[in-house]
Amino acid sequence: MRRSVFTAASTLALLTASVTSMAQAGPEAEVLHWWTSGGEAKSVAVLQQEFSANGGTWTDMPVAGGGGDAAMTALRARVLSGNAPTAVQLKGPAIQEWYEEGVLANISSVAEAEGWDKVLPASIAAHMKCEGQWCAAPVNVHRVDWLWANAEILQANDIAMPNSWEEFNAAADKLMAAGVIPLAHGGQAWQDATVFEVVALGLLGAEGFDKAFVDLDPEMLGSDKMVAVFDQMRKMRGYVDSNFPGRDWNLATSMVMNGEAAFQIMGDWAKGEFLAAGKVPGEDFLCASAPGAGFLYNVDSFAMFDVDGDDKQAGQELLAKLIVGQNFQKVFNLNKGSIPARVDVAMEEFDSCAHLSAAEMTTSSKEGSLLPSYAHGMAMRGAQSGAITDVVTAHFNSDMSSADAVEMLVTAVANSH
Amino acid sequence: MRAWLERQIPKMVLAPSFVAILIFVYGFIGWTAWISLTRSKLLPKYDLHGLIQYKRLLAAPRWDTAMDNLLLFGALFICIAMALGLLLAILLDQRIRVEGVLRTIYLYPMALSMIVTGTAWKWIMNPGLGIEAMVRGWGFEGFRFNWVIDPDMAIYAVVIAAVWQASGFVMALFLAGLRSVDGEIIKAAQIDGIPGWRIYTAIILPSMAPIFLSAFIVLAHLAIKSFDLVVALTGGGPGYATDLPATYMYAMAFSRGDIGQAASSAMVMMGVVFAIVVPYLYSELRAKHV
Repeated sequence: MRRSVFTAASTLALLTASVTSMAQAGPEAEVLHWWTSGGEAKSVAVLQQEFSANGGTWTDMPVAGGGGDAAMTALRARVLSGNAPTAVQLKGPAIQEWYEEGVLANISSVAEAEGWDKVLPASIAAHMKCEGQWCAAPVNVHRVDWLWANAEILQANDIAMPNSWEEFNAAADKLMAAGVIPLAHGGQAWQDATVFEVVALGLLGAEGFDKAFVDLDPEMLGSDKMVAVFDQMRKMRGYVDSNFPGRDWNLATSMVMNGEAAFQIMGDWAKGEFLAAGKVPGEDFLCASAPGAGFLYNVDSFAMFDVDGDDKQAGQELLAKLIVGQNFQKVFNLNKGSIPARVDVAMEEFDSCAHLSAAEMTTSSKEGSLLPSYAHGMAMRGAQSGAITDVVTAHFNSDMSSADAVEMLVTAVANSH
Repeated sequence: MRAWLERQIPKMVLAPSFVAILIFVYGFIGWTAWISLTRSKLLPKYDLHGLIQYKRLLAAPRWDTAMDNLLLFGALFICIAMALGLLLAILLDQRIRVEGVLRTIYLYPMALSMIVTGTAWKWIMNPGLGIEAMVRGWGFEGFRFNWVIDPDMAIYAVVIAAVWQASGFVMALFLAGLRSVDGEIIKAAQIDGIPGWRIYTAIILPSMAPIFLSAFIVLAHLAIKSFDLVVALTGGGPGYATDLPATYMYAMAFSRGDIGQAASSAMVMMGVVFAIVVPYLYSELRAKHV
């Protein structure tokens, strides 16, 4: 009932907008986002400046808190009152979820004029389309499956960066014997989920990961391979110090930095912590893709909402064009520690970890192993990923057996629809 | 005219708040009940789908944990806070010298927000920073106090912080109750040579029954709506070991885009509150009719 009223109202609004003649005001955009902390705020200011330089009026609407929860609540209120912002920081399947509510705009004209299809990897482009039409613009690509290490500790203990989980376990056992914490980890549900998906990618392979966490195939979720993933998680639990519950991820990163711990599994936002502390990649700390072939991405993007008025629609198109433009993609990602979503950006100014990430994104895209991160809301909707995370974190924080965990996983996913 | 006005003015003055309560309390309870019968995800939808959300709720192990935690937390919190509050009140009632200062000290925790309490106790009970580290620093290497990071014990850590916060307030309630008991009766008992503890158990405490009931109601609803304490102290963790119904509802509504599920959990929470409050209201109202 509500939705049909919405659709009717927005169709009507579109009609009136197209009938009214050219408005005189310049492009306008109201942008809802939750990039409010230091580095992130600096990154979004770049976009703001570029938008103004192109004659636009930018209305900033930052909503801090709860990793975006607060912003989503604000968005819900705005949409329900029929007054959606021009662009909203949204990602992954959440874009499709909002599209199904009938409130997203179509920006295909910009995307086609700018040739987005040619410069974005296919699997990332797919997230930006709603039933074939472009409805969102990607900002960056964070890689999730990174293994960070303290170079000095590895050298002192004569350990190379592991290429398989057996090698990782052997290295970790050696470190334990030497009295070093092998894995720096913070016991928060999303961090448990991050380690879990990285282990899963390594042990299930790209195809298995895709089946389990994109298709939510119950057979794959309940398979013996999944039992092996939970077995490895139980091992990982043993490699973590006992004081880990509730620890923030950046504190875990500083444990690696200070030599208290050897490894951390975390997305490339961890790099920002190392760099901010004046550490040099390759010398003080090492970055490598975690054992297993594949690339788990976490792509931030702006979804474009249906708005009335030529000035706002012009603003929306300008914004979309600038976001995917080469200059913004470079400057923003240099600030944020991620890599550009488009593959044709000059990478000279980026560091060696970013080079590795960009190269592996291109190869994995060709091999079909460029996959969405489940722990960071790219692979499935909130209710499903939440249900999986509940099981993962319950298993990690108790003495539940792997077989029980797998059984719980299958029921939890079935119950989440 | 004047008599008419005198009769009508109270009604007119009360009407706006009456209407507001009708809409914003009962209206939204009704709305939530409706939503709990739908498959609403990100935004509310209004097509009914039967009891699907309640079935999902009962099948979710996390909800089980949340309800078990509420029972355990509620029972321990109410009992310990009342026992401790009563003990403190009786001790303070012994006509001691600096009573005013002590009373203020014990009452102060209530002035703190639960977030502050939670954060402070998180540090105090953190094995690497707080009590455990301190006692080990004194040389007792074997000392362990790691409740806050142990999934089986973490809920008791929450109880400790909650009791610390609320028992001073309960003490103040009881102290007022103790002081309101008729001094003549106590003096009469003392003249009869009845020992002090007997005076408390046989005379003072029984005459304080209404205070016990109010303290119970206040603590029970504090327990059921506990949210900020858990968020600040453990974040619901380790895992979801210290989840409570309120944190479950928040996660569903605001993090997971599962409004239907959140609404059904809110309705169950309301049921729990009613189960406690209705018998109380019933006894109160009946007492007035007699």
